[in-house]
Amino acid sequence: MITYSFLQHYWFFLVSLLGGILAFLLFVQGGQTLLFSLAKKEDERRLLVNVLGKKWEFTFTTLVTFGGAFFASFPLFYSTSFGGAYWVWVLILLCFILQAVSYEFQNKPGHFFSTNTYRIFLFINGLLATFLIGAAIATFFTGSEFSVNKQNITEIGGQLSPVISQWENPLHGLEALFNVRNWLLGFAVFFLARTLAVLFFKNRLDNAAIESRLHNALLMNALPFLVFFLAFVIWTLFAQGFAVEPVTKEVFMEPMKYLNNLIQVPVLLLLFLVGVVLVLFGIIKSFLKDKWRKGIWFAGIGTIITVTTLLLVAGYNNTAYYPSTYDLQSSLTIFNSSSSFFTLKVMSIVSLLIPFVVVYIFFAWRSLEKTTTSIEEFKEKDSYGY
Amino acid sequence: MELLDVSLVDWSRAQFAMTAMYHWLFVPLTLGLGVLQAIMETIYVKTGKEEWKKAAKFWMTVFGINFAIGVATGIILEFQFGTNWSNYSWFVGDIFGAPLAIEGVLAFFMEATFISIMYFGWNKVSKGWHLAATWLTIAGATISALWILVANAWMQLPLGMEFNPATVRNEMIDFWSVLGSPVAINKFFHAVTSGWVLAALFVVGVSSWYLLKKREIEFAKRSIKVAAIFGLISTLLLVYTGDGSSYQVAQQQPMKLAAMEGLYKGQNGAPLIAIGFLNPAKQKYNDGVEPVVAAIKIPKMLSFLGYRDFNAFVPGIADLIDGGYTTTKDTAVAIPFAEKKSRGIAAINALKQYKVAEKAKDSTAMATQKAALDKNFPYFGYGYLNQPEEAIPNVPMVFYSFHLMVLLGFFFIALFIVLLIVSNKQKLEKNKWLLWISLWSIPLGYLAGQLGWIVAEVGRQPWAIQDVLPVQAAISSLQTSSVQITFFLFLVLFTALLIAEVGIMLKQIKKGPAHN
Repeated sequence: MITYSFLQHYWFFLVSLLGGILAFLLFVQGGQTLLFSLAKKEDERRLLVNVLGKKWEFTFTTLVTFGGAFFASFPLFYSTSFGGAYWVWVLILLCFILQAVSYEFQNKPGHFFSTNTYRIFLFINGLLATFLIGAAIATFFTGSEFSVNKQNITEIGGQLSPVISQWENPLHGLEALFNVRNWLLGFAVFFLARTLAVLFFKNRLDNAAIESRLHNALLMNALPFLVFFLAFVIWTLFAQGFAVEPVTKEVFMEPMKYLNNLIQVPVLLLLFLVGVVLVLFGIIKSFLKDKWRKGIWFAGIGTIITVTTLLLVAGYNNTAYYPSTYDLQSSLTIFNSSSSFFTLKVMSIVSLLIPFVVVYIFFAWRSLEKTTTSIEEFKEKDSYGY
Repeated sequence: MELLDVSLVDWSRAQFAMTAMYHWLFVPLTLGLGVLQAIMETIYVKTGKEEWKKAAKFWMTVFGINFAIGVATGIILEFQFGTNWSNYSWFVGDIFGAPLAIEGVLAFFMEATFISIMYFGWNKVSKGWHLAATWLTIAGATISALWILVANAWMQLPLGMEFNPATVRNEMIDFWSVLGSPVAINKFFHAVTSGWVLAALFVVGVSSWYLLKKREIEFAKRSIKVAAIFGLISTLLLVYTGDGSSYQVAQQQPMKLAAMEGLYKGQNGAPLIAIGFLNPAKQKYNDGVEPVVAAIKIPKMLSFLGYRDFNAFVPGIADLIDGGYTTTKDTAVAIPFAEKKSRGIAAINALKQYKVAEKAKDSTAMATQKAALDKNFPYFGYGYLNQPEEAIPNVPMVFYSFHLMVLLGFFFIALFIVLLIVSNKQKLEKNKWLLWISLWSIPLGYLAGQLGWIVAEVGRQPWAIQDVLPVQAAISSLQTSSVQITFFLFLVLFTALLIAEVGIMLKQIKKGPAHN
């Protein structure tokens, strides 16, 4: 028997999984921040742009689908966070506009801006988008200042705002930058994206000069990633969390709530550990064995599992996944912010098609990437290059 | 609670409209060019003739430039529902969000996956596999259009839902009603075929330029032939679906129809204005001033288009505000604005009392208030309006947009027919006037698309959701200055990227397929 609660959990899992896949695919953004440091010559830079350019649309599409899925399954989050933390989301969007055109336009004649300008756009996207997405996700654990009062919509005098979700800080999201823990996850995501990008390049490139620099780049990015990530995780696990009393639905602060979630839901703990081990294995083996190219698969799958689990820890086991520090009882849970049973059921049926989508993406990628990519490839007749 | 800032509503609308208009500069060309390039590649695969491959690849390059910026503006539109229309996102997110999520899963990934093969797969996959990827790319784009137009159609005709006072939102109860809405089906075909027409005009215009410059002669002739046939068929389909749109508007959004025709006083056997001018002296719906100063009218045609009956009564703006009429669709006497407003207020107050009763756990009172709410819910949105004038969209904007769009549609039919005749007689190069007209028809195609969306969206005002939620109750609670800043940020960015896009396209066209 499919219950409403099951569907709410199922959809929070799917949204978290999309979040995990997005975190993995942010290697494209990470790679964009390496364009100037990893490549020394124009040909090398074009090579990096071209290998990343075959993937940027997947990151973009995943972000759009992540937004669409969140809208459809947890509309109160969509209305509260996007309409409230306005500046953070607008900045993220601006970064992605820059990215969308930069691959296609940068080497086309008549492109108005210089090639370098488009690469700077890519760098800005890589830097800001990863950091801001990380900081925004950190607020799932640290909280934001908003209130939700559904009765506001009955204000019809034309004097008072009828808006249900009100952001209670005039900085509209930028105040998240005053919280060190948000910075930690922001930097962790930024360096994770760069680390994954190095592993991706190691897998895809056929260029001795760039490959010789990957070893050092891996160390320089993986180390800060691990420092920031561990600092965030340890701090979060031992900090107070936003718990929900199962019967009264009252939100209250519980010491070590997120650690308790891992302990009380062992499958989450197991997944989290598996994810972290896979990421570490992918990084360490790639570092130790220069010829080994498969690190991206281990670290990538590990990233998906770890991030998915982290998001589940924020929302499962009677936890408010989008907490309000202004008014605890306005905090969003998977129960009070979700779509109706009917809508979740309809979308769950549609979600059965996801495996088919995954299969054709797999076959399409495989057909394009049987071999590694060299500079010569995109100079060939009939080839399409950025 | 914050005070309501009226200018915030205007700026939020301006930002969304600006983003949507930029988005619609790129999407229709993508939708149409995608089909045309797939047809050309199909001919290449069937005949093995390299020139068709060259032609397909050239249009694919133009497609790619256009596609990238369409993607960039599209993501902003999706997220603006949340950033600027927060109340809307909660109030109808249960219905509206689903098509967006399904669009992501079913359409965007298809597009993103197969476009990679379309561009990078020429030397890596078989001919057949490549052709399939080209068709699947445009299939993804078209399926994407389907879902977003389903969502938009639902804003014009909210079906398959009921209001739940416990959650204070509308909830979906019938998915097939949402997907199969007659407005959705019509809107999908109308919008997609408008993209096909634009692409046909684009290909014809660019090819005409080559002929005027006496270069790429064979390529240009081939392209004109395919595009003119495609364009003529598409424009005829566009007229057919346009007729369907008029019928749906008459049935579901009579105020929009009245604004489209500048019809203030309804009548039986209402004529359709073919060409006309509004009277600028007309200030109020009930000031007695004649609304149209000069017009060529087709007798009884509006009645026929709207109700499939030459003598049907078509209500005007004043009738819709004052009520007291009947139509062939609804034999009940229409109620005036004042009553709609009072029933809207009754619905909102019932909701307020329902929440009070819910808090007090008074189930009897909850049931009473729910009954009052259900009874008056069809007019819920009117409770937010103060004056009758607020229920009337901007008539001149809708009127002129509609008539210009229709005129352009018929001009396109004539153009494609003439092009086909001249092309068949092998006299294209000799008729330079026709080539110049074709070239200058490209911006007209863009204009027609924009005008169509102005009719659809401005004509729906003041509603975000027809009769259920006006725009002032749909917004986010933000400082107006924030939205002003982001408006100009987006405007500058989109304009800069548009300039870059046009620059690249012109260069690609100047280079031509031979050097592509």
